Amino acid sequence: MTIDINPDLYAQVPDEHGRYGIYGGKFVAETLMSALAELEALYNHLKDDPVFLREFDLDLAHYVGRPSPLYEAARWSDMIGGARIYLKREDLNHTGAHKVNNTIGQALLAKYMGKKRVIAETGAGQHGVASATVAARLGLECHVFMGAEDVKRQSLNVYRMKLLGAQVVPVTSGSKTLKDAMNEALRDWVTNVDNTFYIIGTVAGPHPYPMLVRDFQSVIGREARAQSLAMTGKLPDALVACVGGGSNAIGLFHPFLSDNEVAMYGVEAGGKGVETGEHAAPLSAGIPGVLHGNRTYLMQDENGQIMHTHSVSAGLDYPGVGPEHSWLKDIGRVNYVDATDTEALAAFHRVTRIEGIMPALETAHALAYAEKLAAEMTPDQHIIVNLSGRGDKDILTVAEIDGIDLGAS
Amino acid sequence: MSRLGPLFDTLRAQNRRALIPYLVAGDPDEALTVPLMHSLVAAGADIIEVGVPFSDPMSEGPTIQKGHERALEGGTSLLSTLALVKQFRETNSETPLVLMGYANPLERKGYAAVADACAEAGIDGLITVDLPPEEVADMNTELQRRNIDNIFLISPTTSDERIVTITAQASGFIYYVALKGVTGAGHLDTDAVEAHLATIREHTDLPVAVGFGIKDANTAATVAGCADAVVVGSALVDLVAKDLIAGGSHDSAISGAQSLISSIRNGVNLATSN
Ligand SMILES: Cc1ncc(COP(=O)(O)O)c(C=O)c1O
Repeated sequence: MTIDINPDLYAQVPDEHGRYGIYGGKFVAETLMSALAELEALYNHLKDDPVFLREFDLDLAHYVGRPSPLYEAARWSDMIGGARIYLKREDLNHTGAHKVNNTIGQALLAKYMGKKRVIAETGAGQHGVASATVAARLGLECHVFMGAEDVKRQSLNVYRMKLLGAQVVPVTSGSKTLKDAMNEALRDWVTNVDNTFYIIGTVAGPHPYPMLVRDFQSVIGREARAQSLAMTGKLPDALVACVGGGSNAIGLFHPFLSDNEVAMYGVEAGGKGVETGEHAAPLSAGIPGVLHGNRTYLMQDENGQIMHTHSVSAGLDYPGVGPEHSWLKDIGRVNYVDATDTEALAAFHRVTRIEGIMPALETAHALAYAEKLAAEMTPDQHIIVNLSGRGDKDILTVAEIDGIDLGAS
Repeated sequence: MSRLGPLFDTLRAQNRRALIPYLVAGDPDEALTVPLMHSLVAAGADIIEVGVPFSDPMSEGPTIQKGHERALEGGTSLLSTLALVKQFRETNSETPLVLMGYANPLERKGYAAVADACAEAGIDGLITVDLPPEEVADMNTELQRRNIDNIFLISPTTSDERIVTITAQASGFIYYVALKGVTGAGHLDTDAVEAHLATIREHTDLPVAVGFGIKDANTAATVAGCADAVVVGSALVDLVAKDLIAGGSHDSAISGAQSLISSIRNGVNLATSN
């Protein structure tokens, strides 16, 4: 595959209306428009402010533990016998996933705005934990909205959030998963907009969120680019990341977008198989529409109702995707593919056994696809996979699927 | 021209305020919707706001959310909502009807096709919660071509500058969202509403309706003291839910709705009776 796209294109999005081509925008109720305008003005001012950027970098270094290593998965690569696979170790961040890069950034914005209360939505609970963590550190009141279904399957993270002093609010409307948690967080924000900062956990939501979350997560790709050059003397041939809302993927991809020689693969949750309809792969099987403040690819029926999704991983179980991904799909820069529940579980076990790294189930989707991709490539080629998070939170789910009784309850 | 302008002209000439009940089309099933709409008119409604069920109604509180869920279970969509409107129009061609809903069903069918279908069904205005002025231009162009009013929302957080932009594009009436929150919330501050309406009126002669947080004759009377129209939503949707619990013959919903709307009608009339 050869890509021939003007490398200057990517700096032009979003435009001043928060659009990525036809995607993005600010599709929210009037009550939130002034809060978004305030956030946008503040962020546009701070994003090039050396004092703000230094504060962010110091937090990432001393609190999160960045830079995260780029690790050559030698045994796994040998086993596959194709391209060499490098893992960008976001699982080693404080709190165990890439999510914290963004919550550190947004918590700084909350601090600059003088907001004393933060809210967040969460699926897998990683963003909830990361939000509860920064709230504890800054002494902010924190409420995390989580689908009742996810409260059950991610019980370890629920307890972590509570230990950190956050209030976890189970959401029982709709499909009781991430999309409903986001609805409820938006309802809370409308009600408490004066004193509350909404920490959105992925590159979705109304402008400026997709842009600022991308910017905060781009530290992943900037580091990976430099690390690749230092370790291998060249850029990687391919990048692979899982896509729920798309924040870990855009964080890895964005600093490489202008490098036309680097192929990119965003891996959506194929669930029981995209052909069964039981999946969470809007870019593979969805239609553009409007949800949660932006226009993007969505899983929806012919009447425009949002459909229920299915994935073994709570963090990918979302019917939409960040608007920049929709644009990157349409212009042909990134390939969006999927991995099924079964493939992800197999990759979870394989990488755990062969590399001693237990990935999150979300991440396991990226690993499953990377394995297939590497097998079609040659040992002189390199793939970087975003190891977006660690799998401790998922061991109860994995045990249940494998029919193992941990005697926990 | 839509029916909204002439209606408000008449009401103004008579020094009357409009009463606008809100229901969710197809809640709890499509058989109730048209009879309920007629009964609301009989009880004193001037305009009816017809909610289009959506899977993710972000601005609704729990009461109206459940109404949307019930309607979706029965399979009500944007198109079947318009079919119900058409049925209502068979025997009522006067009462203005306003659709209230969310952007995605409009996006899915296409703005022009939706505007056509609304015109054909006899819709007078559209309120799309998640199409703020920044995003509504394309839809509004289609509506204007068919003489349907796009109803703009103004909220307690809308700046004076935005009020100027919004009122410049608005027609029909302005919908003032009386509180920061979702539908059915209970913290209405009527003094603040009065102050905001005064600001809005500095910029427009359009009628201003007030909604969110009005649940009975008392709150309606207070709000009608400064507004041109009063919207009642959750209190009515709640009655439908109770009808369902009572066995769903629909008779209790219709009689309950009539007594609620009559009593609110009296409240609204009190505001202008002296
Ligand atoms: C470890 C991990 N990876 C990936 C995701 C998916 O989110 P995103 O696509 O925004 O990176 C999540 C979300 O919860 C996660 O916890």
